[in-house]
Amino acid sequence: MSSKLNILVPVKRVIDFAIKPRINKTNTGIEKTGVKFSINPFCDIAVTKGADSSTLVDVGEEEIEPLSVAKILKQVVEKNQSNLVILGKQAIDDDSNHTGQMLAGLLNWPQATNAAKVEIKNDEVFVTREIDGGEETVKSKLPLIITTDLRLNEPRYATLPNMMKAKKKPLEKLKLSDFDVDVTKRIEVLKVEEPPVRNAGIKVGNVDELVSKLKDLKAI
Amino acid sequence: MFRSIRLQPLRSFKSYSQRFGSTLAFIEAQGDSISSASLSSLNAAKQIGNPIIAILLGSSAKSAAENLQKIDGLDKILLASNNEFDHNLPEYLSPVLTKLIQDESKDISHFITPATAVGKNILPRIGALLDSQPVSDIIKVQDSTTFVRPIYAGNALTTVKSLDSKVLISARPSAFDPVQASGSNSYPIEELTPEVESSSVEWVSENLVKSERPDLSSAKSVVAGGRGLKSKENFDQLITPLADALGAGIGATRAAVDSGFTDNSLQVGQTGKVVAPDLYVAVGVSGAIQHLAGMKDSKTIVAINKDEEAPIFNVADIGLVGDLFEVVPELTEKVK
Repeated sequence: MSSKLNILVPVKRVIDFAIKPRINKTNTGIEKTGVKFSINPFCDIAVTKGADSSTLVDVGEEEIEPLSVAKILKQVVEKNQSNLVILGKQAIDDDSNHTGQMLAGLLNWPQATNAAKVEIKNDEVFVTREIDGGEETVKSKLPLIITTDLRLNEPRYATLPNMMKAKKKPLEKLKLSDFDVDVTKRIEVLKVEEPPVRNAGIKVGNVDELVSKLKDLKAI
Repeated sequence: MFRSIRLQPLRSFKSYSQRFGSTLAFIEAQGDSISSASLSSLNAAKQIGNPIIAILLGSSAKSAAENLQKIDGLDKILLASNNEFDHNLPEYLSPVLTKLIQDESKDISHFITPATAVGKNILPRIGALLDSQPVSDIIKVQDSTTFVRPIYAGNALTTVKSLDSKVLISARPSAFDPVQASGSNSYPIEELTPEVESSSVEWVSENLVKSERPDLSSAKSVVAGGRGLKSKENFDQLITPLADALGAGIGATRAAVDSGFTDNSLQVGQTGKVVAPDLYVAVGVSGAIQHLAGMKDSKTIVAINKDEEAPIFNVADIGLVGDLFEVVPELTEKVK
């Protein structure tokens, strides 16, 4: 590498992946009070090694769209002079799968999304990506945006001593007003509702019954 | 006379609120054949109601364009045969597509891609370049700017309205029937010679899973295996023959993929493929919400699991509580 690696890892706080979200009474969103939150699992994969310092951009309770997040991150990248940004491939709440690609577009950097393997050889980064029919490998020089797929690694658990040490690491707190970004929403949420409920199924006692039911339903 | 005066502002409001323009539809092709996901997104494009301009990029764009002529309801085909586009790298595709969408002479108000690995890779980058927030993975078109999409692994559906002047969307393939390729048309074809931006990224190689069986995303039936199969050998010996007997595609849970039972491109769920076949047979699958996100819109769901408390039975139309090592071979014999 001509210059040393300076990695930025954006992480998102989302409702814990094991919790079934409940829709609020006004059908405008998901109930968030008293619900367990965790780091988005894809972001966990992106961090995996202890972070040296952190930045929190406090935007309050407002949900910020990926385009605005990407614009904020662009300014953070420029300020920190990062040359590699590793993000999760999607947040498990909005399921957009947008932010990494948008940040790459705004910075005009190459992007390697859905990474299952990352190797640095000389001055090039080789990334094996999960695609629809299997996988493909692309290579690029830095700077680069990578988004992580589930299989990139197994996130480590933070040990207690490391958690204590983490309390002493710098955490820079910034506000939305520290950035020159207009976060006006481009998408208006009209309604949030339950998906259609499936009709109760039946249990069969043996394979013969299963086959005859499938024939009744013309499924085979 | 008074009436005409009163109607005037109403009329102009109507023409303002109804966006006129064309929908540019990005078509994914493998050689000269059009991907089934693209045919589904063309159906979504039709529901938007604007004239449809299809765009093909890559060295076999011309032969793929001949196949597009078989599809009814298009207005025009654009193509660029540059081989820089062959691997769908977003660094090369996105700037070209962005310029097309911005080209005033083309009057494009909407841009649509299938919600595939390729579509998900290029669409947000175009959104950034156009300063527009895409609406991804839509499952329903309500009107030209209002769409329904799942959030939280399909545990909620949200109806959203795009307020951007260029509306960017990706359509979930399993939610729209592919348009039929039966007609014979002579759409005007416009060949483009775009300037391709340079980037330090290069395509190196690919490793595709070769198989004779129906593609997972478009198969009429799917047999999926989970952790309950315990090993790759069991997966191959039980799931493959049952899939063969049913003429089905093969799917898997994350647990099965992570344990190395099968390839990760077969993963069904929130972060893998979303399928909605006529018949989905879940074998040794517990039914975690992330997996259900990828298959709960299947027409008939069959679950075979020895744990009668497994959540998969809450969505299954037909459940059989039993040992899959006995049940699956018997089922395979009886459906042959």
